[in-house]
Amino acid sequence: MDAESLLLSLELASGSGQGLSPDRRASLLTSLMLVKRDYRYDRVLFWGRILGLVADYYIAQGLSEDQLSPRKTLYSLNCMEWSLLPPATEEMVVQTSVVKGRFMGDPSHEYEHTELQKMSEGEKVFEEEVVVQIKEETRLVSVIDQIDKAVAVIPRGALFKTPFGPIHVNRTFEGLSLSEAKKLSSYFHFREPVELKNKTLLEKADLDPSLDFMDPLEHDIPKGSWSIQMERGNALVVLRSLLWPGLTFFHAPRTKNYGYIYVGTGEKNIDLPFML
Amino acid sequence: MPESPLSAQRESNYQTLQHGGLKSWQQMCVVSLRGNLARGCYGDRTLQLAEPLVPRNRLTDLSKAATLPFYICIPPSSRTSFFLTPSMEDLTSPKQDQENQELGEARRPWEEISASSQDPESGLSEPLEPEQWLETGPQPRSGPPQSPQSRASPPLDDVTGPGAPSPPSPAPEASFIPSTLALARQQLAAPWQSDRTTDVNPKAETPHSHRLEQSSDQGKSTAPQTCQSEGDTFQQSQQTERHLYGSEDVSNNNSKQKELRFNIFQEEDSNSNYELDHTESGISEGAPSPLEIAIQSAKAYLLKTSSKSGLNLYDHLSDMLTKVLDERPENAVDIIESISQDVKMAHFRKKLDTLQNENEMLPVYETAEKQKALFLQGNLEGVDQELEDEIAESSLPNVMESAFYFEQAGVGLGTDETYRIFLALKQLTDTHPIQRCRFWGKILGLEMNYIVAEVEFREGEDEEDVEEEDVTEERDDGDSDAEENDEDELPRTFYKTPQVIPKEENRTGANKYVYFVCNEPGGPWVKLPPVTPAQIVTARKIKKFFTGRLETPIVSYPPFPGNESNYLRAQIARISAGTHVSPLGFYQFGEEEGEDEEEVEGRRDSFEENPDFEGIQVIDLVESLSNWVHHVQHILSQGRCNWFNPIQKSEEEEEEEDEEKEEEKGEEPEYMEQEVGPPLLTPISEDLEIQNIPPWTTRLSSTLIPQYAIAILRSNLWPGAYAFSNGKKFENFYIGWGHKYSPDNYTPPALPPVYQEYPSGAEITEMDDPSVEEEQAFRAAREAAALPVEEMGETEEDEDEDDDSDQE
Repeated sequence: MDAESLLLSLELASGSGQGLSPDRRASLLTSLMLVKRDYRYDRVLFWGRILGLVADYYIAQGLSEDQLSPRKTLYSLNCMEWSLLPPATEEMVVQTSVVKGRFMGDPSHEYEHTELQKMSEGEKVFEEEVVVQIKEETRLVSVIDQIDKAVAVIPRGALFKTPFGPIHVNRTFEGLSLSEAKKLSSYFHFREPVELKNKTLLEKADLDPSLDFMDPLEHDIPKGSWSIQMERGNALVVLRSLLWPGLTFFHAPRTKNYGYIYVGTGEKNIDLPFML
Repeated sequence: MPESPLSAQRESNYQTLQHGGLKSWQQMCVVSLRGNLARGCYGDRTLQLAEPLVPRNRLTDLSKAATLPFYICIPPSSRTSFFLTPSMEDLTSPKQDQENQELGEARRPWEEISASSQDPESGLSEPLEPEQWLETGPQPRSGPPQSPQSRASPPLDDVTGPGAPSPPSPAPEASFIPSTLALARQQLAAPWQSDRTTDVNPKAETPHSHRLEQSSDQGKSTAPQTCQSEGDTFQQSQQTERHLYGSEDVSNNNSKQKELRFNIFQEEDSNSNYELDHTESGISEGAPSPLEIAIQSAKAYLLKTSSKSGLNLYDHLSDMLTKVLDERPENAVDIIESISQDVKMAHFRKKLDTLQNENEMLPVYETAEKQKALFLQGNLEGVDQELEDEIAESSLPNVMESAFYFEQAGVGLGTDETYRIFLALKQLTDTHPIQRCRFWGKILGLEMNYIVAEVEFREGEDEEDVEEEDVTEERDDGDSDAEENDEDELPRTFYKTPQVIPKEENRTGANKYVYFVCNEPGGPWVKLPPVTPAQIVTARKIKKFFTGRLETPIVSYPPFPGNESNYLRAQIARISAGTHVSPLGFYQFGEEEGEDEEEVEGRRDSFEENPDFEGIQVIDLVESLSNWVHHVQHILSQGRCNWFNPIQKSEEEEEEEDEEKEEEKGEEPEYMEQEVGPPLLTPISEDLEIQNIPPWTTRLSSTLIPQYAIAILRSNLWPGAYAFSNGKKFENFYIGWGHKYSPDNYTPPALPPVYQEYPSGAEITEMDDPSVEEEQAFRAAREAAALPVEEMGETEEDEDEDDDSDQE
């Protein structure tokens, strides 16, 4: 959710029960403003909160002029002092995929993971237990990256691609219509398209290149990994990810208000196939 | 020469047909001039005046030319403008007249630009024109137009090369001038047209097309109804001609056009008004050129009135450009969408139509209507006396207060939604005999969510339907015993139905409270059925999302006994048992305490509020989990809070119980015969860890102002369960998906082992045949044995044989 419209956005997203306490809200409004200035971001998004056992991580993201360019991620434990996280790499994701359980809330915490490695000395090959230390900060980076890639959502038309390539906020976006708002095809993954290139020409024929340049949610695997609900009559549409429980996307149809927030434990719901 | 009344009529025709396009067109021309004046270019008589218009204005309006003081047509590729002076001087204002003159003088300096031509008024002077046109009009439809003009134009090219302006002379042929006029128009449109209909060949224009165009103007003045037919004709004829000339080279044309443009300019310049007589005669022979037809058809398309708004694109575009030029905003191209919208909004007119649309019944209104009832319910009670009674014995909790505290914790629904729930709870307590009511929480579902209220009925006012369910369940118990006496002949099933654990009575154990759910505030409250132990046991083994519809069947393995309402109730019971906590000392046991074990069991849920409770320091609540106690009974793995001893009826149950034994937090090892959970009001510090994860997280609500902060307790076992206490008050709340946390992934339980069909013994077990070696060894042994004791050998060999085969 946009840091500037934080209060409204929180109110709209409150149906999932996860908000911010008044002091957190106030400090976010103050500190994100400063973050925007100091890091010279075009836009600052309040991304959400990862619940740790000891403390919670508050996450914000900075966007540059091109909305789809890699986002800079910052975290904070007290909502005032923000630290920049390094960009996620493939290696990080692989490395942290072995970590289970909850976040601690201490970025310097080290998870220990023992894995069997095959050691070969001369002709002998034997297995040895190696303890791998994984820093929580690394895990944080990789989890945020995974969530962003999997379930960051933006309504169709909120961004548009300029003829020169950069993606800008569509100032004339007036919100989805009611009928569109009920369809998953009106929502896009807020990331560089992955599936779009695999589409056939026939499928691409109806796409508007200035708007349909991202992957829609409707083909997400597993099918049914989104819960789409109309709340408050039809005045608010709420998408909840079942794959990453805690991610709530909201959009008030026919208004410009939209956004997503993640408040959760930072764990993927791998049980999803059993639960549907 | 048409008179003013006629032209006025023409204007009105336009308005009826094309929604006032004329007006805006005029306006635009004036505006551009005005802008030019402001910039001081007017005095130079250069065409810079029109420059701001140039790249955007692709409009050509030939048919309107006669009615306008002048008009501008700008091809986008070059910065060329054509000014056609008006045909009717009497229409133009003095100022415009002057402009015309000056523009006329200014033509010469415009090197790079523009041809301007006098719009031929000749046709107008001849009253017969409309009839003639009507005769000749159908020609383009009938067949390929004969083009005398195509022969005439090549010489034109030669004569009028860029470097060689032709001498000012009257047109040599009568037909020549109209054709140049036609060409001029054609070029006005050509660049614009090349965007779309590049296949139209300017060479192919016929005099007729030109004539048609002109006469259409005249036709309008005299016979308004021809306007309509004109459009039709153009569209049709354009179709045919595009096909005919589609193969022509386009780029050629364009280059030629540029050259031609100069020629026309010069010729037109020199051939002043006195030539108009010739023009007229040429016109009468003319036929419409395909280009003009294309223009007209495109324009007709642009002028097509929207069925919804009554606007047309043509006027809209011109309005937009007017606005842009009026306001001169920065970066106009970036905000063109907004401008377009503004222009449209300016068209807003009050709807005076007596016909009205039927109001749509959107779900928004339905919900609002439903919730309206919530807000109006207070008005029903009129008497003050009653109100006082109500307040005195209100069973309604102060939801808003709790919500305020939870907001400090950063959880909870928005204020608005909470208040609606508050009202809905009030509705519930007003309509049911409720002793105590509590907002339990919200469970998220796939399609809808559940708002859960926990209530306790007043004494003696429990619902009756509960009893019926009991009866049906009891029936199952006797089944296994009945089969004991069956005869042996029939195969007998070894499976014995495990004895059904009876569910707990209302007001005890897991059924201590009754739960009502609704999908949204204002919706109907639905009472959930009491929970049975079997449901709790199965609910522990499955993990399913709620859909939001209570009657949905639960498809799972192991099969869940009941539908979603039962599953929901079971989860609520589990969550309550696991997460409902209160500060130590808030509750105390009733008086009859410390008796015989079984009786304690029965009375363990009888606690009461401690009147002497003095509160606990918030900081103590945060620092020590032992200051928090469970005030809801732990559910045993049997699925009950109070242990039910099934052994009295059959011994086998014990085995089953063991298997069912599950992870439930805080569970203590079971005794030989009886499961015992932790007693009520056990501190939560004794809760079991979940694989090294502490089951609770405590926190102060604010570190900035700790002296007024409250203690927040967050369950890690049931994500979404929260409790707060400010020392004196406390509340529990759950919002989430209704699933228990597990660091490991969920694995459905394995299928039970297949039952044996028959007892397998030695006599029916198949044995392998002995191998050759074994046989030989056996034979040798046998012979060896046979020698000493022949009598005994037989029996021993048999045994040996058995041994051998057993070993294999």
